[in-house]
Amino acid sequence: MESAYNLKEVMNKPERLAPGHRMCAGCGGTVAVRAVLRALHEEDKAVIGNATGCLEVSSFMYPYTAYEDSYIHNAFENAGATLSGVETAYRVLKRKGKIKENYKFITFGGDGGTYDIGFQSLSGAMERGHDMVYVCYDNGAYMNTGTQRSSATPQFADTTTTPAGKESNGKVQIRKDLAAIMAEHHIPYVGQTTFIGNFKDLHVKAEKAIYTPGPAFLNILSPCPRGWGYEPSALMDMCKKAVETCYWPLYEVVDGKWILSYEPKHKLPVEEFLRPQRRFRHLFVRGNEDLIVEFQKEVDKRWEELQVRCSE
Amino acid sequence: MISDKINEKSPWQDITEGNKIFEAATSKEFCTGEWRTSTPVWDKEKCRQCLLCTPACPDSSIPVKDKMREEFDYDHCKGCGICAKVCPFDAITMKEGK
Amino acid sequence: MAVRERLSGNEAVAYAIKQIEPDVMPAFPITPSTEIPQYVASYIANGEMDTEFIPVESEHSAMSATLGACAAGARALTATSSCGMALMWEELYVAASDRLPIVMALVNRALSGPININADHSDSMGARDSGWIQIYAESNQEVYDNFLQAFPIAEHKDVMLPVMICQDGFITSHGVENILLVETDSVKEFVGERNPEHYLLNAKEPMAVGPYAVSNYYMETKRGQREAMKNARKVILEVADRFEKMTGRRYGFFEEYCLEDAEYAIVIIGSAAGTCKAAVDKIRKETGKKVGLLKIRIFRPFPEEEIAAALAHVKAIAVLDRSEMFAATGGPLGAEVQAALYRAKAGADVVNYFYGLGGRDITVEDFEQVYGKLEKLSSEHEITDMYEYIGLRKE
Repeated sequence: MESAYNLKEVMNKPERLAPGHRMCAGCGGTVAVRAVLRALHEEDKAVIGNATGCLEVSSFMYPYTAYEDSYIHNAFENAGATLSGVETAYRVLKRKGKIKENYKFITFGGDGGTYDIGFQSLSGAMERGHDMVYVCYDNGAYMNTGTQRSSATPQFADTTTTPAGKESNGKVQIRKDLAAIMAEHHIPYVGQTTFIGNFKDLHVKAEKAIYTPGPAFLNILSPCPRGWGYEPSALMDMCKKAVETCYWPLYEVVDGKWILSYEPKHKLPVEEFLRPQRRFRHLFVRGNEDLIVEFQKEVDKRWEELQVRCSE
Repeated sequence: MISDKINEKSPWQDITEGNKIFEAATSKEFCTGEWRTSTPVWDKEKCRQCLLCTPACPDSSIPVKDKMREEFDYDHCKGCGICAKVCPFDAITMKEGK
Repeated sequence: MAVRERLSGNEAVAYAIKQIEPDVMPAFPITPSTEIPQYVASYIANGEMDTEFIPVESEHSAMSATLGACAAGARALTATSSCGMALMWEELYVAASDRLPIVMALVNRALSGPININADHSDSMGARDSGWIQIYAESNQEVYDNFLQAFPIAEHKDVMLPVMICQDGFITSHGVENILLVETDSVKEFVGERNPEHYLLNAKEPMAVGPYAVSNYYMETKRGQREAMKNARKVILEVADRFEKMTGRRYGFFEEYCLEDAEYAIVIIGSAAGTCKAAVDKIRKETGKKVGLLKIRIFRPFPEEEIAAALAHVKAIAVLDRSEMFAATGGPLGAEVQAALYRAKAGADVVNYFYGLGGRDITVEDFEQVYGKLEKLSSEHEITDMYEYIGLRKE
């Protein structure tokens, strides 16, 4: 299934996410959506699902849809269940001879709609085995409502519900590892990725997710310039630093086998990832050095765990 | 044009049943290019057509045809500058204003 | 030819589902509606029907998946009760606003708290503003008949609204009664196939559903829903006419029982109407007093003018609610019936009583007392107990 990746060929395919949506300048979310939809084979039709969030309110603002394909938004917490209904309808209508074309089913949710409020619906849809892909564009907070913390928010992040202040160092808790949790559903495919170089990693994982029969989950780190507080043009650099520091390792779990997609030659200190972001500004105040050490420890611990899983 | 049929002056009878839309990609009618405060300028001479800028655009505003990138879609480009930063050949520069 | 059977309300609805053979049924168990998905799952397991059952992980997901399946172009339905429907709340509004012809078998049960599994109407009455058509039944026969009429109403091009087919928990859902079933071929012909004009899986045109609509569009959207609800009045009667031609059983917005010459009337919804009818028969036989009953079948859309006209000649009316709305006044049916009477400038004296909350029994004697109060009220014209709980223990 994995064909040789060629950026020029891939980019030559018709665009499936139209411009004119209202996402912020420099948004990582639509970069993720475009990349996933590019992995669809041209001859295949698709129904795109969407949890409420930035993407939904910006990409289907009545009467303007940004999608070339059929699209359904229902609510915040039920993208998994909603698309599972669409996918089931497809199976039965196809069996009854009412539909001839091939359809694929992909739903997008932010980390709010995926890690938190939509977690049950996602878990249920994956456990039931629907032939669909759930894509989380993870920007690590509830950005649509103004950067409130989510369970995907990294520790110490300054958000509007975990503000850093005289008595607070930002979010107290560490991040939930959703890709690992989804892998524990023993579904055929889980991938964690982001935007790197020529987008090969994301493309290959999206194609596997879409064309592996059964449920698949993709977790895509999708930086948010407003919520993270970095210069919008630095999107690709933010992703690179997330990966090179091993804050956001690239890996996949194929039929239960954990596979590391990329191992940095020289793992960068996590400071490199944290420093350009306003939400971590307070970590660089004199006297807070130990917080960065603590952050680094957590990154190291998870990276080691991942390496163990991938070497088994 | 969908905006001829449905717009802020439409009577309730013209609003589609259940707010459903039966056309693809109607968002193209909405010009987000007006948001721009700085504008990417493409230097065709310097461009080596590596296409690294194209997938990084959040606004699908770098059209590709016959495996070559074309001029920016200024109707929609919001001027975020990701393309300029990602270009290995300095073929894209940002200039102030629209 | 009708088929004579003895079935519970849940069995009757499950059998109707089997006869209709929808494409998709997502459901999550909750007492007292659990049997419906159980029966359907067993029909499917035994190869008796071609439907995809989705055993979802919650009622919220049940309605979400039903909505997705319906938008995709399938005929889709679900079943639930009480807190299950409360968990769907948000989705009820989305289904109606998206104009999706979903059908839900609702087995009415009291909402928590305290948790209680018995019949009252707090679940569906709470959802009365959600944009669903609501059809209530007195008996197993009625809930079966209503269910067969649900999709033709929902899917009518002038309607395109979800329909809730309600029956009282345990009393109707678990009580076994004689029932006349329509032959499956006739059901299939009556209900027909779903041929949606627009749907997600239409290869000829993509469809986008569920937009963010700013205030420039929201109000116009609601007005569109209102029009569909108005259209539903006509369609409900047309479908009832077709149903009568098939079965000989006649349905309207409501049933009038001994109402034509009645001086004292009770307005009620659901299974308690059967007990009320027994009281009417007893009173008329024993005393000759002109008592009658108006039993609501269609609560949404609300048949305001028709109810007022049917009650125009009545001297005193008791509207009986099987759910609280904590206005510290009356209940939802009371409020709406009184508004209808007011608008029609009807002169009857009206009281609004609560009964049967959380499955509390209401007896023939209770109804006799209510009629007695109405008689007193119409002679004294002084209402001393406008809002009362029937069967409530007091100090």
